[in-house]
Amino acid sequence: MTSLIMRTATPLLSPLMVFFSIFLLLRGHNNPGGGFVGGLLAAAAFAMWAIAYNVQVARHRLAVDPPLLVGSGLLLALASGSVSLLTGKPFLTGKWVEIPIPLLGHLEIGTPMVFDVGVYLVVLGVLMIIILNLAEE
Amino acid sequence: MQKLLLVLPIIIPLGTSAILILTWRACRVQRWLSLLGSTALMVVAGLLLATVWRDGIQATQVGNWPAPYGITLVADLFSATMVVLTALMGFAVMIYSLSGLGIDPARESFGYYPLLNILLMGVSGAFLTGDIFNMYVWFEVMLISSFVLLALGGERAQLEGALKYVTINLVSSAVFLTAVGVLYGVVGTLNMADLAIKLHNTAEPGLVTTLAMLFLITFGIKAAIFPLFFWLPESYHTPPVAVSAIFAGLLTKVGVYALIRVFTLLFTQNVGYTHTLILVLSGFTMVVGVLGAAAQYEFRKILSFHIVSQIGYMIMGLGLFTPLAIAGSVFYIVHHIIVKTNLFLISGAVERLRGTYELKELGGLYRAYPGLSILFLIPALSLAGIPPLSGFWAKYTLVRAGLEIEQYVIVAAALLVGLLTLFSMTKIWNEAFWKPLPDTSEKLVAGAAANQNMGRMRVLVLPIIILTLLTILIGLVAEPVLLLAMAASEQLLQPSEYIEAVMGA
Repeated sequence: MTSLIMRTATPLLSPLMVFFSIFLLLRGHNNPGGGFVGGLLAAAAFAMWAIAYNVQVARHRLAVDPPLLVGSGLLLALASGSVSLLTGKPFLTGKWVEIPIPLLGHLEIGTPMVFDVGVYLVVLGVLMIIILNLAEE
Repeated sequence: MQKLLLVLPIIIPLGTSAILILTWRACRVQRWLSLLGSTALMVVAGLLLATVWRDGIQATQVGNWPAPYGITLVADLFSATMVVLTALMGFAVMIYSLSGLGIDPARESFGYYPLLNILLMGVSGAFLTGDIFNMYVWFEVMLISSFVLLALGGERAQLEGALKYVTINLVSSAVFLTAVGVLYGVVGTLNMADLAIKLHNTAEPGLVTTLAMLFLITFGIKAAIFPLFFWLPESYHTPPVAVSAIFAGLLTKVGVYALIRVFTLLFTQNVGYTHTLILVLSGFTMVVGVLGAAAQYEFRKILSFHIVSQIGYMIMGLGLFTPLAIAGSVFYIVHHIIVKTNLFLISGAVERLRGTYELKELGGLYRAYPGLSILFLIPALSLAGIPPLSGFWAKYTLVRAGLEIEQYVIVAAALLVGLLTLFSMTKIWNEAFWKPLPDTSEKLVAGAAANQNMGRMRVLVLPIIILTLLTILIGLVAEPVLLLAMAASEQLLQPSEYIEAVMGA
């Protein structure tokens, strides 16, 4: 599809959507959002390239082979669950570390967030496989 | 450490599958990694069974939230045995695929191994979960990977089979979800141990029986019992043989497991109604399945109809509902998974040698390959229940349990179906192995001979030999297996230990 509007808007909107998807991913811990919806939005951002230009451009923008995203996302989620096994707690028990940041207070990072990042990658990867393959046909 | 054993049968296939996705397209690497994964799964499953045997029922709360709110995993002897069998079948099929003949290269490089591992994860998860909603989730994991495995390759017959399979399973899932929803509305919990306590004090026995029927329908579809079995013989003979072997061995048995679990733990309020109905259905399942097989002349289709008929035996033990009968069911499942997977693997080997599954076009196999013929004969006779093979003890236990409580009709049906099974197996033997090769098939044989490779054939036969030896072993040393089945049945009929393990963990 060659639409001037799409072609002009995509380079502007796509980075914004990826940025917003990461915001959703991080916000998801205590508020609506999370890895799944973040991954969907990120996939939409790359799908826009496929619609406005073509599949090659979308692949180029994604830069990573989609199955790689799926595999590493799964492993990341699995690893986040296994952290608690090292301390003798059951699988998937949440673990937290506090990192003090000068002037701003402190940042809490936990395994549930790592799990969510894994979900984000899996969703993005699976959707890219589906969308790009369908668009190629 | 013991708690870890409950999680590992799920983590190992998931981790293997994730690594396999990273090595997308590298077929050779995938084969060996899968084999490694399934070997690890087998070791872990064995340790789990040993632990449960030694220390009683094991339970853990994933995420460390206490029951009934957390994600409960629990292994009693029955579920641990099922996990061992799952791992064993996974292992057998991985070796079979290692030969490069169980599945064609095009499918192999298109996600066959990752999907197979996800399937094993779903099956293990369904066996280990202690929460009825999580069981739904594991069923979905298992079904979605099986949908793809079934349709992978996209041949016309395959898609037709897959369409029926997917449709009926979606219906079943919808009923399952509805039943879970209503159950939550009535009782307010979904943890199975908690449900077992609360359902026994419920004020609405009518509603509970209705729920029991909903679960009977949904698991009945998945287990392929009468009258909801038609999807099975329509779909199981269409995918490559490695896939249909693992389907035949494991998938319907997850349905049977779920039936036995909910009808021993949750729905025992109105045994006179629910279990009698199950008994009647088991009789019809046996007879209809075996009669269906009589009309077929395709190797795998005959075997598929026999799965249906055999499911009848497993449900029969549940319907009789005595300690010996449930033990008979457990024994039957153990025997059936091993023998049925083996027979499918053999049908695949035959197809590799002759290029067809049609009995009319087969022949002369005994003359050309006496070893393979014996390897077919042993599990076939075991399936029919000839002593001293494993099938004999399984049937004997069930028949004796039936006689003890004077259910002569179902016993007569079971014996008759055993005879008809023997007839069916004799038909395959006569047509495929004994009669001379028909002149018209020489072209097929020549075609198959062109891409034969003896080294690969040996790898292909290896899992068949292992499974056949297991059948003989269970037959000759039946007592330990029977003891295990009896102990498992005792745990199933005395849910207090199960409840205590979950609620205390």
